[in-house]
Amino acid sequence: MSVAITTQSSIQDSEPVFHVIDEHAHPEGASTMLGFWIYLMSDCLIFAMLFATYGVLGGNYAAGPSPKGLFDLKLVALNTTMLLLSSITYGFAMLTMEKSKIVQTQLWLAITGLFGLAFLGIELTEFAHMIHEGATPQRSAFLSSFFTLVGTHGLHVTFGLVWLVTLMVQTARFGLTEANRRRLMCLSMFWHFLDVVWIGVFTFVYLLGMLR
Amino acid sequence: MNPDLVKMIFGRLNLDALPLHEPILVGTFAVVATGGLALFALVTYFRLWSYLWREWFTTVDHKRIGIMYMILGIVMLLRGFADALMMRLQQAIAFNGADGYLPAHHYDQIFTAHGVIMIFFVAMPLVTGLMNYVVPLQIGARDVSFPFLNNFSFWMTVGGAVLVMMSLFVGEFARTGWLAYPPLSNIGYSPDVGVDYYIWGLQVAGVGTTLSGINLVCTIVKLRAPGMTMMKMPVFTWTSLCTNVLIVASFPVLTAVLALLSLDRYVGTNFFTNDFGGNPMMYVNLIWIWGHPEVYILVLPAFGIFSEVTATFSGKRLFGYTSMVYATVVITILSYLVWLHHFFTMGSGASVNSFFGITTMIISIPTGAKMFNWLFTMYRGRIRFELPMMWTVAFMLTFVIGGMTGVLLAVPPADFVLHNSLFLIAHFHNVIIGGVLFGLFAGINYWFPKAFGFRLDPFWGKLSFWFWVSGFYFAFMPLYVLGLMGVTRRLRVFDDPSLQIWFVIAAFGAFLILLGIGAMLMQFAVSILRREQLKDTTGDPWNARTLEWATSSPPPDYNFAFTPVVYDNDAWWDMKRRGYRRPLTGFKPIHMPSNTGTGIILAGFATVMGFALIWYIWWLAALSFVALLAVAIGHTFNYHRDFHIPADEVVRAEDARTRILAAGAQT
Repeated sequence: MSVAITTQSSIQDSEPVFHVIDEHAHPEGASTMLGFWIYLMSDCLIFAMLFATYGVLGGNYAAGPSPKGLFDLKLVALNTTMLLLSSITYGFAMLTMEKSKIVQTQLWLAITGLFGLAFLGIELTEFAHMIHEGATPQRSAFLSSFFTLVGTHGLHVTFGLVWLVTLMVQTARFGLTEANRRRLMCLSMFWHFLDVVWIGVFTFVYLLGMLR
Repeated sequence: MNPDLVKMIFGRLNLDALPLHEPILVGTFAVVATGGLALFALVTYFRLWSYLWREWFTTVDHKRIGIMYMILGIVMLLRGFADALMMRLQQAIAFNGADGYLPAHHYDQIFTAHGVIMIFFVAMPLVTGLMNYVVPLQIGARDVSFPFLNNFSFWMTVGGAVLVMMSLFVGEFARTGWLAYPPLSNIGYSPDVGVDYYIWGLQVAGVGTTLSGINLVCTIVKLRAPGMTMMKMPVFTWTSLCTNVLIVASFPVLTAVLALLSLDRYVGTNFFTNDFGGNPMMYVNLIWIWGHPEVYILVLPAFGIFSEVTATFSGKRLFGYTSMVYATVVITILSYLVWLHHFFTMGSGASVNSFFGITTMIISIPTGAKMFNWLFTMYRGRIRFELPMMWTVAFMLTFVIGGMTGVLLAVPPADFVLHNSLFLIAHFHNVIIGGVLFGLFAGINYWFPKAFGFRLDPFWGKLSFWFWVSGFYFAFMPLYVLGLMGVTRRLRVFDDPSLQIWFVIAAFGAFLILLGIGAMLMQFAVSILRREQLKDTTGDPWNARTLEWATSSPPPDYNFAFTPVVYDNDAWWDMKRRGYRRPLTGFKPIHMPSNTGTGIILAGFATVMGFALIWYIWWLAALSFVALLAVAIGHTFNYHRDFHIPADEVVRAEDARTRILAAGAQT
């Protein structure tokens, strides 16, 4: 903040400056990035709880199906690829946004959305397959915590997609304004955050599950 | 009509949900309905609806939102205290084969509702309200970082309170105790709507609390006046920062654990069930990982209030500012390392219990340091025993007792004897009433003149003080005795007639507290009537030390015409000492956020959704969720959320203040 306090020496003078005379308005959204970061950390805590629950209950199969028989690692690898690629394309969207190229930005956002949809589609297929085999969330504590952890992540991706579409509409209507850039940055953080969470899911649920 | 169709439309809601067979509830409903109708009629008669909507419900001004939080907290205090009084009465008479006047079904709801309401809808709104009002003023800001979010957070808290209150007349509340431990709270043992009211009331309010936590952290980190480095922040702002960090770092845990409980109840998953690999202990662990930080969320701001009050009314700089800040931060961190002391008896083993016992005892060290800081601030000060200072002294005496019984309970072997007993009940009321509530009362008496421009009447305030403090000791000291004799909590009837005298004394104490609450309401009423005599024209009625006293009482919408520059942690004291002169010219237009009704509308849909989920009215739940989403997205299409207060309006407001100050200086 630029402040009209002349120098440090004015403090020692008999007439100290006790208020900002030449005030500039706070730039709009100055706290948004910090606020969104803190929100993400609170969301991260929800995932931490779900991971902890999976960690405690994940071995309680209740004589039902276990990871080895359920997980199809090839499918999960494909799914992970979809999500990682969507993060890269979102990064490209941000780079083109920096250059104020609105068409390319929209294009990259659309591609990101398609990868996100593919991810959700594959996840739902996996879920449907498991439920069809009788591995429902009600079957055991392991499956309850599995579906809840992975499903919560999927729910976040779904909301991310709704948000993405909203921002694309807003970018189309109002252009890459200051406000829209800030919003795209927030969604970018959200999207990468979901990627990081997925790395955790992939490692702790799927890979370690196969070793269990 | 086709029963399937009725079920589809109304879920499990039917006329049996109205408690027409319980005379106590019907009577309560009559009183509430008459009062509500009278209020509604008055507001309509005086044509206040549009004023309330424009100036209050849709406001994004942190000061007005703060005041609304305080009103919510005080209204809910009356409800929570009515529950307390009913329990005390029941326990005082249910001896010698008498059954008392409360059936078990009702009594169990009362103790659950009492705990839930007092923590979530009394203590939390009051604490959040004070932080909302005071923090931006103390740091020389115009508003919080996200003013719209602030309005939304408030209405979500109201939405939660509405759901909990609704359970009184439509259906029933949980009968599980205030933390709703499974398996009791699972669908098998609590098939009714009670636990669902509990879940959705807390989920709706919890969203508001988390968001307001994020908001205040950003405000304190980003919006401090120039010159106010972290170690120059007032102690109340420091404790608020720590509290809001705790909120952000603990409320998501509550959200997650309640979501898992709802999945168990609605979908039939097996997180906390007895079979299929479920583990009820997981719930107890998770909920206390939220629950223990929660008590520090409540008490830290109270510590901040005592620090401001002690320094102001001793006329001295706070003793040991730096140690106070470090003590606060240490308590913040330690509050995460003690949660297991809430269930020492649940079989964690000696090593784990020892670890948590020791961390618990360690917390008393920074807390003790604070106590000495306050004492040394008072030492050789010119102490003025105004109401805020009286509450502070009462706190220091009472809280030390509560702290010491806490250290007793922190010893695992002692806890094996005392856990779940009335000793525990006495302990936590000792620290929550003696710490949090006394602090809030000190804060209300201290900052009231800032918020409304006149002081609170001291006569009724002192009456309230003495009734409250003596009532507290009468009500809770007997519970320590009973707890040591082995009486457990949540009992409805007693066999041993020798215990009765202690319960009668406790009921007498509750009656004294009733008088204290009555005197406090009288204090508000009398002060409003006598507002001309109690008027504060200076903006600084207590000769205080921090920035909120540098502006007028009540402050203008924009708080400060010019952003203050800070050189000292007692910024306003420093300004007064060095001959600060109020600027009289050079005012500029001020950039402000505009009001919006979106917050209350969103919270309204969230509340309807909660209600629909409680009663299994699926179509309504889906509809209100879609509406919620649509309104939220629609709101983001509004890019013009601010306006400028024109310079001549600022000039008018500041000139008016100049005249008032001049008139005050002549008399």
